[in-house]
Amino acid sequence: MSDNVEFGELRRISGQIRRDIITMLAEANSGHPGGSLSAVEILTALYFQEMKIDPANPSWPARDRFILSKGHGAPVLYATLAAKGFFPREELLTLRKINSRLQGHPDMKKVPGVEMSTGSLGQGLSAAVGMALAGRLDNRDYRVFVLLGDGEVQEGQVWEAAMAAAHYRLDRVIAFLDHNGLQIDGKTTEVMSPEPLDEKFKAFGWHVEKINGHSFREIFAALDKADEVKDKPTMIIAETVKGKGVSFMENQVEWHGSTPNEEQVKQALAELEQEVL
Amino acid sequence: MEKIATRNAYGKALVELGKVNENIVVLDADLAKSTKTIDFKKSFPARFFDMGIAEQNLMGTAAGFAAAGKIPFASTFAIFATGRAFEQIRNSIAYPRLNVKIAATHAGLTVGEDGASHQAVLDLALMRAMPNMTVFVPADATEAAKMTLAAAEIEGPVYLRLGRSNVPVLYAEDYSFVPGKASVLRQGKDVAILACGIMVAEALAAAEELEKEGISARVLNISTLKPLDTEAILKAARETKALVTAEEHSIIGGLGSAVAEVLAENEPTPLVRVGVKDTFGESGKAPELLEKYGLTAGHIKAAVLTLT
Ligand SMILES: Cc1ncc(C[n+]2csc(CCOP(=O)(O)OP(=O)(O)O)c2C)c(N)n1
Ligand SMILES: [Mg+2]
Repeated sequence: MSDNVEFGELRRISGQIRRDIITMLAEANSGHPGGSLSAVEILTALYFQEMKIDPANPSWPARDRFILSKGHGAPVLYATLAAKGFFPREELLTLRKINSRLQGHPDMKKVPGVEMSTGSLGQGLSAAVGMALAGRLDNRDYRVFVLLGDGEVQEGQVWEAAMAAAHYRLDRVIAFLDHNGLQIDGKTTEVMSPEPLDEKFKAFGWHVEKINGHSFREIFAALDKADEVKDKPTMIIAETVKGKGVSFMENQVEWHGSTPNEEQVKQALAELEQEVL
Repeated sequence: MEKIATRNAYGKALVELGKVNENIVVLDADLAKSTKTIDFKKSFPARFFDMGIAEQNLMGTAAGFAAAGKIPFASTFAIFATGRAFEQIRNSIAYPRLNVKIAATHAGLTVGEDGASHQAVLDLALMRAMPNMTVFVPADATEAAKMTLAAAEIEGPVYLRLGRSNVPVLYAEDYSFVPGKASVLRQGKDVAILACGIMVAEALAAAEELEKEGISARVLNISTLKPLDTEAILKAARETKALVTAEEHSIIGGLGSAVAEVLAENEPTPLVRVGVKDTFGESGKAPELLEKYGLTAGHIKAAVLTLT
């Protein structure tokens, strides 16, 4: 069975999230489409199937946590939280506007469901280590999920946190690496190569999975494996396409941080009406 | 009035510098298009180094370049330069007094929509408190270009604070920027407005409005925050007896604090500080943020009226 058929409902949701990302960014006239679109399946899988969460009770102590360490991906997080019912979907149109809760980068004190304020790259994994250690102290078995960018991992702090997560045997930390190959100044391998990432994380004491980050089946298979792993954190290196789903944005470094005009919005939404993968 | 972002002027000036001085090297942290070091990269690819998203290593590497005789310009957003890499600046650059130029862009609230996480409103406090650091805050593109050239002539660390948004050009090409010297942009006798960065244009606008109400306001551009032109500040204090400072920065630690320190020890004078009131910013359009956080000509005028 194809991923689309097997996960038809999730595919429907991820389609809506992609369209919402485009709509909200166009309305804001600023923000980051590329790295939002590359992470849609990961967030859809987490929020609509994997995580123990309750939108009606966002601070439920036993909940699983998700930290968007690459905070510029705020649109995908906001669209997902809205789809899940954490706040009204109409509010997405206030993105980046003055007095809005939906800040350009996520603010945990403003938005229900946002677990950590991010935006300065490289800091989310450290927070995950703290949350997981706190969970252990409290005898709770919640998991802490993190999404990192493949440019973001150039930050030294990521590796300090990676060391700590392995040192403390934090098997409740499960991170995704959005391996879309691009950052702002170009290809990650040309700007400042972080490769080979799988070997690096293995050497740091992590369990590593490599998957197609747009395949629900592969995402869930990797998550199942992560749950079996004891005493090690898991890094799921997700091969993704920056700008996924919008032909003219796919793999284009220019679409990291520019927003579509009216014509481009029309085309993007039309393409996204069709099922993608 | 023509409007140009100070970061654009910096990018162009760097290329001019690169032509005349082959010791100039430029480092960036995955923001070359935004900081405008891309211009230098295109002209002198062999002397341009993208360090990736790794600001601490950016500053440490710049320190090494300087120790080996080069004149590195290290650029990223002001929040990451002075925040993430603060301690590298302190211990690897300022303490050994290495010849590193930190040219930080996207300073202040006018970053706009990216929001509080990206808005540097404490950078001047951090850099001003730093021994050995020279701190420049250009009021416009002309001054930014002159400061870039001047920074290369100074032996030791320099912090150059640049903005994202287009701002009015206040100075003609023949303006001669002298490091450490304030410039008087408008004479006046009732009050002196001491401003830096984008607030200089706002101060001039406020002075014009005040004139209509019979208040004669002097306007000074304090574009070198360190070393501070205490003479010019004290002269203004003695002659006008009332001062207002205006900066796109927290009222704690920046220009307002610097002026308050000078006045308190030498010439106690009524002072109102216009600036960000000990808070973080938020997302929004630059003009909306300046309005909401009290950083417009209107706010400067209101501050003056409390003194006169
Ligand atoms: C500490 C820090 N430095 C620089 C930036 C500016 N910045 C925002 S996004 C980005 C590139 C991120 O690339 P990547 O992690 O690969 O994200 P993705 O491709 O998923 O969008 C940069 C340099 C930042 N937000 N934080
Ligand atoms: Mg990337």
